[in-house]
Amino acid sequence: MDTDIGALTVIFTEFYYWITIPLMFLIHVGFCMYEVGASRRKNMMHTLMKNTMLIPLVTITFFFFGWWIYFAFPNGPFIFEGKGLVEGASINAAPWSELMGTHLGGASFQDGVTGDDTAFWARINGVFWAAFLLFSWTAASIVSGAVIERIRSGAFWIIAVLVGSCTWIIDASWGWHPEGWMVQMLGYHDAYASGVIHAIAGGAALGVLVVLGPRIGKFRADGTPRNIVPHNPWLVTVGLFLIYTGFWGFYVACNVPIISSADIGSTVEGATPVFTATTIYLTPTTLSAIVFNFLMSLSGGLLAGYMVSKGDAFWTYSGGLAGIITASAGNDLYHPIQAMFIGAVGTVVAYKLHHWVERTFKVDDAVGAVAVHGYAGFFGLVVAGFMLWGHPATAGYIEGGATINPLGQFAGAVIMFFVLGFLPAWILAKIMNAFGMLRIPPELEIAGLDLADFHDRYLSDEDVTRAEEEEARRLGLIR
Amino acid sequence: MSTTGISSWAVDIGQVGAIYPFQGTEFILFLAGVAFWIIWHIVQLRQEDQTYEDDLRHLKDPEKLERAMRNQKLE
Repeated sequence: MDTDIGALTVIFTEFYYWITIPLMFLIHVGFCMYEVGASRRKNMMHTLMKNTMLIPLVTITFFFFGWWIYFAFPNGPFIFEGKGLVEGASINAAPWSELMGTHLGGASFQDGVTGDDTAFWARINGVFWAAFLLFSWTAASIVSGAVIERIRSGAFWIIAVLVGSCTWIIDASWGWHPEGWMVQMLGYHDAYASGVIHAIAGGAALGVLVVLGPRIGKFRADGTPRNIVPHNPWLVTVGLFLIYTGFWGFYVACNVPIISSADIGSTVEGATPVFTATTIYLTPTTLSAIVFNFLMSLSGGLLAGYMVSKGDAFWTYSGGLAGIITASAGNDLYHPIQAMFIGAVGTVVAYKLHHWVERTFKVDDAVGAVAVHGYAGFFGLVVAGFMLWGHPATAGYIEGGATINPLGQFAGAVIMFFVLGFLPAWILAKIMNAFGMLRIPPELEIAGLDLADFHDRYLSDEDVTRAEEEEARRLGLIR
Repeated sequence: MSTTGISSWAVDIGQVGAIYPFQGTEFILFLAGVAFWIIWHIVQLRQEDQTYEDDLRHLKDPEKLERAMRNQKLE
């Protein structure tokens, strides 16, 4: 902030991330609309509240420990050169840090916090925290849709905290950080979160679903699935449209908007430093690149989704999302036509796998979340390993960093989907199931979760109508 | 070797141009993309014909047509 260009860069960066936050809010609005539309009328309000209340729960827990995890765990579980927690992670991210409140960047009053720390973090910390928090909501919300109409809200909210404030941010620390051990050792590259948000959340949803079981009536006696029709297809599709809209914020929040090439080690002796945008790994890209690729992968997914589902609206819209998610790992670098084909193929893979898993294992994923996020994300990571083979996975200032490769991407996909996605959610669901906390009683499932709500509303409506009739009689309007 | 032409960031990035993978295949990609687009129209039109044929098969029965007009189940 001591030069005009320095001040402009900081304020621009602060404002840039701030803009991403309301855009990403739309993802959550979209998820709520989508889930409520996909549920039956008897479960609408319960479905809405289930997704809504993850917002405060994930927010406060992300403040308490989620943000700290991101900075503390890049070395992984003592994997990377035997190192443990990163020293200094508490400087900006512990909830008791002075930088987790209003701060103008001047002198520090806490031990271990330097003037450089406060100057760097004061204006960026809150908006950067919030951008990550909105990713957290998205991760938890992906699980929410899959389990509608039979999970207990209390159980879901515990799972939401696990995914939104623990497991996803551990994976971000490992694989979505320029110094994460997966990035440095495996060459893991996942610029727009095919794995770190989507594969992990899809894996977590599958882990819960296999314990939770299908909705009553989902499968016939011979095991073939019935289609439980959304009560409001327009709400479903407009919800998905809003998710697309929110993805603009999601994508740009995954970038660093402006940084000097000298600060990220993308330079050689004698070169004049230039400003560039980068991915979260501090590898150069441009906003133009991600705009090209976002729209082309969305289009590839929509076209393929329409074709493979024979024009089904739900799967066409979901295909658009699957297209983006498949290409996201490498959308900082792909050519737009490559992004279109990758999005199209990923959508077909997700669609086919969804139906195969549903038929074979009797998994009732109410909104196709495991497919659209989990399978598409997993597939997209593997594809990026082949397409971007040999490209540096991380910033130039990290000496000896690995390059992107198929094996590293495959290992990364397994870590995201199974190790940090499926496994912790499955264990937690098993524990809650053992205590009878996971699933609602069958009587309530059959009658509908909004029974009490509707009952009160009908009583109230009747009561008000009686009062209106009495008043109309008093006024002589009726007999 | 790198598919993008970048294998290290020890470069003067002011001098770096395109960094998408498999540079030089743009025209082939373009042709493949156009083929995908045309094929999509052909497949879509066939699927639409099939859907209409299935619907019309039901609606040749006047009783079913009447039910459809009243938003009732056909079967």
